[in-house]
Amino acid sequence: MTSGRLRKHRALSVLQFRDCSTSGTNHPCGGKAPLPQRRWLIRRGVSTEGSTAGLSEVARAVSWSRREFLRAVTQAGTAGALSVFPRQGGTGTPRRPKVVVVTFGGGSRDDETFMPEGQQNIPHLLTELLPRATFFAQVVNRGILGHYVATASLATGVYERFNNFAAVPPENPTVFEYFRKDLGRRAYDAWVVAPSNGFNRIGESSNRAYGPGLGAGVILPKRLLNAALTSGAGASFDHLLRDNYETPLYTPALSGSEIELQQLEEILKVSVTDFTAHARNLASPDELSVYVSRQLMRQFAPGLLWITLHDIDIAHSGAYSLYLEGIQRSDRLCAEIWNAIQNDPEYAGRTTLFILPDFGRDSDSEAGGNGFQHHRTGDAFSRTTWMLVMGPGVRENVVIDRAVESIDLVPTLGALLGFSPRWAQGKPLPEVVS
Amino acid sequence: MATEHLPLLHQLPSTLVALLLREVVNYDWKFPAEREDLDRQLVYLGALSMAQRQEAMAGFAQIHLSSDLEHFDWVGDPVEYSERLTAYLWASHQIDVFRAAALEYGRRVDAMRTPEHPAVSPLGIVIVGQGVKTTPKPLCRKLRKQGAYFSAIQPDNGFKVLLDAVAARAAKYPVRYGHWYIDGGASASNSEPGLVSISYSSLAPARAAILKRMEKVIRSGAGGPELLHEQMAKLQPEDMGLGGAGSDPILDHFQASLLSEGSGTQLFSTSFVQWAAREALRRAQPVTLLARFSPRQRQRPMSELIASPQQEPTLDPQGSLVDADMGAYLTWLNQQRLPFADQSSFLVWWEDQREAVAIGPGMPRGTESSSPLRLSELLIQIT
Repeated sequence: MTSGRLRKHRALSVLQFRDCSTSGTNHPCGGKAPLPQRRWLIRRGVSTEGSTAGLSEVARAVSWSRREFLRAVTQAGTAGALSVFPRQGGTGTPRRPKVVVVTFGGGSRDDETFMPEGQQNIPHLLTELLPRATFFAQVVNRGILGHYVATASLATGVYERFNNFAAVPPENPTVFEYFRKDLGRRAYDAWVVAPSNGFNRIGESSNRAYGPGLGAGVILPKRLLNAALTSGAGASFDHLLRDNYETPLYTPALSGSEIELQQLEEILKVSVTDFTAHARNLASPDELSVYVSRQLMRQFAPGLLWITLHDIDIAHSGAYSLYLEGIQRSDRLCAEIWNAIQNDPEYAGRTTLFILPDFGRDSDSEAGGNGFQHHRTGDAFSRTTWMLVMGPGVRENVVIDRAVESIDLVPTLGALLGFSPRWAQGKPLPEVVS
Repeated sequence: MATEHLPLLHQLPSTLVALLLREVVNYDWKFPAEREDLDRQLVYLGALSMAQRQEAMAGFAQIHLSSDLEHFDWVGDPVEYSERLTAYLWASHQIDVFRAAALEYGRRVDAMRTPEHPAVSPLGIVIVGQGVKTTPKPLCRKLRKQGAYFSAIQPDNGFKVLLDAVAARAAKYPVRYGHWYIDGGASASNSEPGLVSISYSSLAPARAAILKRMEKVIRSGAGGPELLHEQMAKLQPEDMGLGGAGSDPILDHFQASLLSEGSGTQLFSTSFVQWAAREALRRAQPVTLLARFSPRQRQRPMSELIASPQQEPTLDPQGSLVDADMGAYLTWLNQQRLPFADQSSFLVWWEDQREAVAIGPGMPRGTESSSPLRLSELLIQIT
């Protein structure tokens, strides 16, 4: 099985574009370094190799920068030695907890988000969400940096290895299957909303212990929209489906459990007319996804809702302004989702929200990459991101310094909701579940 | 060339030799600097004793390959091999091992390098903001820390001044592929001797041809983006309508690669200029580079795409300025990766406006000047 994209420049480019300059006086980091390749991989006095140890060092440095800035902005405290904070219980009849996961997807860098020069792009995260959240400043993704396979890895708790562009299910059980099978939840209680067409098989794995019928429903809003717009219209709206920005024309063929147009009214309780009318007022596919997500919340109040945002991935086109717009929009949409949770009686006071990127993007200093444009190099900056957690029982305004892994998400959800993710390889995060 | 070095190539790990061979296969289309780099690698490898070669290749040798890759005909198809290799390295979690090995290999090869001092110190010029008169955010925030910011540049005929200066350098210091002018719109150069000139506008037929090819592959349903990129990587200039009598085949191949290997270069002129500048610096290692950004087409919001799917695109000058600002920074970073970077100069000018940033050996870092100054005078100061 092959992996995700970006292969071409990855192996070859490391050989091709090296630091050949003879002195470091004009280098971004100033001064000379003992080895040319390390020259721009030095940040706050930490150098990196291509090894796991080097990855950890740079990841720590990134985390240090990010968390120090955050403390200055939010006056957040430090989670020191592990301590037990009792979850706040509800009054009256216990209500089942719910979880919403939002992938701040497409990949974003610290430079354009949490670092001082990037904060202007995330005002909602910084001022509305972070003060109410536990913020993990160092979440490392050690797997394949392709969007579908990385998001599937988040959803299974295992670094999946399948072809990022193939319409195949994950090999390991997904969080949706664990949730439904262990807790006896019905089909409408777990949903995935994803604007990217390649995600249609993410709801359910090929694992024989779980198998078909136990996963989440998957809604691809752009597919719905295309079907709604073209029904009887005779026109083609294929251009709406393009979301692989490295290959802007690509529209993969789909198979699997996707919601058909005729179920639009049945599932979302929205007529084709209303759906298209609403879409005509939206700027982007992610806005459409949030609209669909809110419809699901109203109709089914699912206990596990997974929303994949993807507008940020326009960065692959090389247009920096569009990448920034994607971040700004994702920031706003995250706040909208939280507000929707807080204003919905089925969700308010019982829902934990997790927001995390699938991975980062290449650093400017990596010669084999092209800065923000891609996530090809596998360097520490493309692998190190963050996670924001908020909800009942979650400590507020706290920054967690220690390194965790992206595959820790599923075990954490398991501990939170009461299911056992047997195949997941991460660990529950005690700062969330204790 | 490959035949000449076959005994050597047979002794190298396939993870390296296949990638080297891919470069060797295209030797005839490479710039002089690239050829020298490839020659240097082969000389370095050939000069090693058996024991030294084993030690030097240890990083590559530790990579485990699948049976498919081990038996793949990488001699016959090094392009596809490198595509599959990289995919496999990711899937098998060996990409970091490969990266470490490649960086170490590069370090050893570069240690042998004794670059010749260029006839003139390197100069990079980036022109941004065409058609924009104001911006809500300060320009060149990342680059200001590296040099001096000027707020009172006299902008009259600024572009002509810069283009003439570049043409004069090309005439005075003739270096094959040593002086470049890249334009995001139409080229303003009249075939100045010694000046390589490429433009986004002149490549419109090639861009249309490659987009048509891409559509054809996609609609065939034969495979996904991987197949698409493999096929794009194998395209020749004539497949895009490039080449022909009197053209420079090396430049034709270069321009073809910008469109077949670049991302967004087919659609956005800002992406084209930034990527072209990067590739020119990486591959040709010029002593002069002038890159001029022009407004790109506007990205239409979903609501517009629904309402008017076939509408002609309009331009986005403000967004293009943001793109170009970052593009200027990335171009400077890429210039700094070349030999004699410490002696290089770099100038960013906001087209038709009074702001500029200048970086050079004589320019104090992080300073500002509001004294009136002509662009020609600024150029003299930094070069």
